[in-house]
Amino acid sequence: MTLRGIVGLLAAAISGIALPGTAYAGSFLEPAGPIASAQISHFGVISALMLIVIVPMFVVLPIVLWRYRRGGKGTYRPDWEFNWGLEILIWGVPVALVVALGTALWRQTIEGDPYRALGPDPLVVEVVALDWKFLFLYPEQGVATLDLLALPEGRPITLKLTSGTVMQSFIIPQLAGQIYAMAGMQTQLNLIADRTGDFTGRNTQYNGLGFATQSFTTRVMSPDAFEGWVAATKARGTALDAAGYTNLLPPAVVNEPVLYSQFTPGLFNQVMARFARGMFQHDGHAAIPASPAPAQGHDHKPEAAQ
Amino acid sequence: MNWELIFGQITWDSFVFAGMIENPSLSEAIASGAGSIAVLGALATVILLTVKGWWVPLWRDWLTSVDHKKVGIMYIAIALVMFARAVIEAALMRAQQLAATEGAGFLSADHFGQLFSTHGTIMIFFVAMPFITGLMNYVMPLQIGARDVSFPLLNAISLMLTMAGAVLIMVSLVVGQFSTGGWSAYPPFTGIEFSPGEGVDYWIWAVSLGSIGSTLTGLNFAVTIYKKRCPGMTLFRMPLFTWTTLCTSILMIFAMAPLTAATVMLALDRYAGFHFFTNGDGGNMMNYANLFWLFGHPEVYILILPAFGVWSEVVATFSSKRIYGYTSLVYATMCIAVLSFAVWLHHFFTMGQSANVNAIFGIATMIIGVPTGVKVYDWLLTMVGGRIRFSTPMLFHINFLLTFILGGMTGVLLANPGVDFQVHNTLFLVAHFHNMIIPGVLFGMFAAVQFWFPKVFGFRLHEGLGRASFWCFAPGFLLAFFPLYWLGMMGATRRTYMWSNPDYVPWLALAMLGAALILAGFALMVMQIVVSVRQRAQLAAPLGDPWDGRALEWSIPSPPPAWNFAVLPEVSSQDPFYEAKKAGTAYRSPAAYEDIEVPRNTATAPLIGLFACAWAFALVWHIWWLAIASFVLIWVVVIVRSFETDTEETVPAATVKAANEAFLAAVRATPGVTRDREMTSDNRGRAIPESLEAGAGALASGAAVEVSR
Repeated sequence: MTLRGIVGLLAAAISGIALPGTAYAGSFLEPAGPIASAQISHFGVISALMLIVIVPMFVVLPIVLWRYRRGGKGTYRPDWEFNWGLEILIWGVPVALVVALGTALWRQTIEGDPYRALGPDPLVVEVVALDWKFLFLYPEQGVATLDLLALPEGRPITLKLTSGTVMQSFIIPQLAGQIYAMAGMQTQLNLIADRTGDFTGRNTQYNGLGFATQSFTTRVMSPDAFEGWVAATKARGTALDAAGYTNLLPPAVVNEPVLYSQFTPGLFNQVMARFARGMFQHDGHAAIPASPAPAQGHDHKPEAAQ
Repeated sequence: MNWELIFGQITWDSFVFAGMIENPSLSEAIASGAGSIAVLGALATVILLTVKGWWVPLWRDWLTSVDHKKVGIMYIAIALVMFARAVIEAALMRAQQLAATEGAGFLSADHFGQLFSTHGTIMIFFVAMPFITGLMNYVMPLQIGARDVSFPLLNAISLMLTMAGAVLIMVSLVVGQFSTGGWSAYPPFTGIEFSPGEGVDYWIWAVSLGSIGSTLTGLNFAVTIYKKRCPGMTLFRMPLFTWTTLCTSILMIFAMAPLTAATVMLALDRYAGFHFFTNGDGGNMMNYANLFWLFGHPEVYILILPAFGVWSEVVATFSSKRIYGYTSLVYATMCIAVLSFAVWLHHFFTMGQSANVNAIFGIATMIIGVPTGVKVYDWLLTMVGGRIRFSTPMLFHINFLLTFILGGMTGVLLANPGVDFQVHNTLFLVAHFHNMIIPGVLFGMFAAVQFWFPKVFGFRLHEGLGRASFWCFAPGFLLAFFPLYWLGMMGATRRTYMWSNPDYVPWLALAMLGAALILAGFALMVMQIVVSVRQRAQLAAPLGDPWDGRALEWSIPSPPPAWNFAVLPEVSSQDPFYEAKKAGTAYRSPAAYEDIEVPRNTATAPLIGLFACAWAFALVWHIWWLAIASFVLIWVVVIVRSFETDTEETVPAATVKAANEAFLAAVRATPGVTRDREMTSDNRGRAIPESLEAGAGALASGAAVEVSR
């Protein structure tokens, strides 16, 4: 697709030129992986295509206003109301454009499906959204973290997400887009990081007083460094059991990431099973209480369901 | 004494002033200040009404009236009052976000949460909705040559239910807190488990009252357009504003129902321990998201379609030319109305459904861009071959064409799931929908006010101040919202009361400047109305046609009599009044007058509104005796009214004749004005049609449009 390539480059150039020297605040404007990269270039393609209908308005409207202003040179034709040629143009161009845009949309949506695995042997990380922090479980490595997502560079990652509280929307802008995390349900987000560094991730769905500061660091390391990090975490951190998880439920902001050397296997399924009784019974969901305390600054006590 | 039996859950702490006394801070002071303004405003109104002796006229001429024109004016009055509140809230939030880049700013997180929730809820349900409803109320029956809507009392009840909802939201400034769940109130956050207290209940009942009112409005208007058109007014001769009113009414009928269902289900979850949308026990919030947006997306078009109608009227009138592509515009409007029900899922591409589902809804969303694009270019082509006058409504229209098309571009971007994954829930989205709603709907309504004000009150608005307010509003909008696109792309999330990212600061500062300009524009608009009222003698245009209008509403006096048309008009073309002026057949005395039946005033609607408001307040605070009593009283009023048989009064033919002949005599005695003198005090509302202006001479006396009987 050379055309697409050219258009994409053009758009990227426009967005680059428009605001020289501007920092991009750790957003998808400076992608660090193929998914975010595809998203920004798709943004450029669509923007460029849309110019086909935008530009004529900006060019023609001033001319029309000048020519047909009261006292202008344009011929006054008060009863002129239709022209087949123009009619075909104003319906035809948008239809053709939507065919092009729709094709681009279809391809990009299928390719960029967050559920699509990006390669063999992905690293699976289970994510539990809590008020106002994220718990990351590494079943393969047996370690867990709070508000720190350590990832190896270049290896496909599969994030499995659920929520231990209200719905949240998980994003690491430089790596991939949003996906909701919902209680009792699991969603997925696949991504690859193709450079090392710290990238901010956060929740974008309002969930109370701590929402504004609910972010975490995604630390992408070389594969070796990642192995080293896992080993160090195993050696150093404390363990996370069901009781430990329960302690995480009350809403609170975590200022410093927490590392856990190990966690109760199956914790992720237990978290989901709390809300979806009957679906995960083999996991013994009784270990975890129903929900976090809701105290969010209201004066009134929570009412018991009548 | 069990106080809870009497006052429900209201305690001393529920009052906003308690927070200030017990826990003083700037945030609390602002909350108390807002509460004080609400209380003092109400108090001032009461005193003014008493001192001026206006209670009786208010009750007799306005609140109990079922005249569609008065109902329309009251709707727009609600919209303007609520706009004043919500726009100040917006400016407060902007100021907070700018102030909070270093340190925590001056608003607490909880206060900020209430602000974005009330701002959104008010702007959609109690500004935009009453504004369009009021306008449709006033203009549509006049455009189709009808004396009223099909169900005048139902119309008044819709108004009073909307007013009850608006009052409830104002009460929440003083008693208790509002929801922090945003205007969309997504559970489970808004469920009882995570949002105990009265806040979400305020949202539920205010919105429910408004949505029931809108459902009734939709039914009423659709029936009116189907059944009450004057002889000869075929569907394809209807003015475009009436067409868009019809489409909006159909959307209201079908789209408000899912919202009412969703709010009632959320209420059952909260009050009765149901589990529709709870986390556990079989509840599923995804059902709420679907129901809400099954309403929410058509809602966008409910708002924008009447504005499209306004733009069609404005551009044709101020270009002195027929609308280009009338049929095309009608079909495009219908396409939009139908498609609007097929795209709701694009509000949650991020919910984890399959890529195919996302792609289908994304493409459906883009398809809406086709009829919308056609409309935009139809308006542009309408100007071609015209004689464009740059009056205030036209300035708003030009601004609309340029900015709306950019909003359309970002809308198409958002329709791409891959792009949406990145900018969903960010200020990019916030910028997009404000880009559609402000230049499209809100400025459309402002243009409509400028355009139809002389019809409603009999005098024009001050043009200079109108243009001044435009020159604040238009750049104000650009400054306030275009930086938000960029902020959103940089990842700034919506509903966030503070960021510590220095990259955001310059853009937030620009947005703050824009907000200030918008406030200045609003102040100028208020000033424009005040000045115009004072200068109403110079600005008077009682003869009804100050802009060289095209549809039937311009053929009658300003303000119109209670019965609208002395004799129901007969039309034989589009733009019937303009064609009549051209042919010299306008302002003819009818052959005969007949008695006219008009509905009597009734206390039914205001009483229903009052009890509905009490009922909702009682439900919010669990004051069960009041809830039961007011619910019963609503139905008592309905039943009592159903026994009333004498609901209409007769205006004798002689009265109608005297009024109409006096009007026609005044028209004939007044020389018409050309468009050159449109904005001078010569313009008493008799226009010389632009297309006849060429051989002016004799026209200046008005002779050419004189009627030869």
